[in-house]
Amino acid sequence: MALRGNLRDFTITQLLNLINLANKTGTLVVDGPTEQAHISFRDGKLAYARIGKDDGSLALVLHKANKINANQFRAIADRAGHMTDKELGLLLINAGYVSQEEILLNLQGYFTEVVRRLFTWVEGFFRFENDLLPPEDRINVKLDLENIIIEGSRQLRELEQLQDEIPSLDMALKFTDRPLTNVNLSVEEWRVVKFVDPKNTMRQIASTNKLGELDIRKIVYGLIQAGLVDIVRPTGTVIPQNPKTYPTQDKEEQKTLINKLIGRIRTM
Amino acid sequence: MQTVKMVVTGPFSAGKTQFIQSVSEIDVVATERKISSDEERSVKSATTVAMDFGRITVDEDLVLYLFGTPGQKRFDFMWEILSEGMLGFIVMVDSTRPETFREARSILETFRAYAPTPFVVAANKQDVEDAWELEDVRHALRLDNNTKLLPCVATDRTTVKTVLLELLYSILQEMESGK
Repeated sequence: MALRGNLRDFTITQLLNLINLANKTGTLVVDGPTEQAHISFRDGKLAYARIGKDDGSLALVLHKANKINANQFRAIADRAGHMTDKELGLLLINAGYVSQEEILLNLQGYFTEVVRRLFTWVEGFFRFENDLLPPEDRINVKLDLENIIIEGSRQLRELEQLQDEIPSLDMALKFTDRPLTNVNLSVEEWRVVKFVDPKNTMRQIASTNKLGELDIRKIVYGLIQAGLVDIVRPTGTVIPQNPKTYPTQDKEEQKTLINKLIGRIRTM
Repeated sequence: MQTVKMVVTGPFSAGKTQFIQSVSEIDVVATERKISSDEERSVKSATTVAMDFGRITVDEDLVLYLFGTPGQKRFDFMWEILSEGMLGFIVMVDSTRPETFREARSILETFRAYAPTPFVVAANKQDVEDAWELEDVRHALRLDNNTKLLPCVATDRTTVKTVLLELLYSILQEMESGK
């Protein structure tokens, strides 16, 4: 039977564990909340990964790691677009831009980071394609999954704890009365703070900033702990009253009903 | 016959069943089971696994039902079902067990997300010597000053009535403000 299902029922950590134990070769395709990820394995080891619009190419990985600048990245895309990553790697090594070790370390770091991002996905569909191998023009690595799994389990526990603190991302945030001065916030925190408004739900803020559920909860938890924001029901959206709440939909009759309840309880 | 309902929620062993028992005109229909976990058994011997159910008859046309939710996290699938169509809800917290405050906060946030209905927080066991003071409970639960935090003794009908009345006043106030 094909290995496919929902992340709600089978977590990324459990999937990696299975792939590791079964020494699987193939590609895990995960459709997350906003993007798709492809993670390839050889004999139960991480070989290659890409996510969303990023192609996971060597040029992109080195550019992200600041090993090549934007101009060099563009020049490679223009002039060396036909080259495989192995050929490009040799060219860069021979030209003295990077060492072989740097290339491997950066690829390992990038692929691991892609997998780390998946740990924050609690919703989405996955399928494991046995026949889908990593693209041949890409450099593959051979990374043991054990450490990644341990880190994933840790993140999962962290997410569970944060879910207890912030159960629903459909609530909004508002600033408390404390002034926002002399506070040292990270870039990510500022990106969230920028959208703090009772009109915006945390889910909307996360989506705008391309943050996963774990990341947005982490940031909001920090802001709450620092006393900077409070969780509030989002304003601007009118939530219709549940018709089952009152036996009548007439507002005056509803008030009469509540007054009757008050009168009854007072005399008990 | 018209019926309306309120929900009494809170962590395990906060006093929800007792709260309902204090004002219900019928014996509370409690679905309690013996506790299997050693840690929980040290607190009490039986717990609610589905719901508690109490009744207050207002007149021949109107009845108020009180539903108590199971406190343990593993029964949280019941919470949303019980919260459907509620007038408002009461979050009970045991003032003597600060280790449950974090869970109370989580339950409060969960219920707040279910429906935009008014709620109050009842700090139970305020008659016990080592109960936390209300203001300390307010800070621990991160309640803003607009949220009603009421002292309560679940076995004392008077304080239970006050909690119910305060919730009803909040409901009325919200109706009048046209929210």
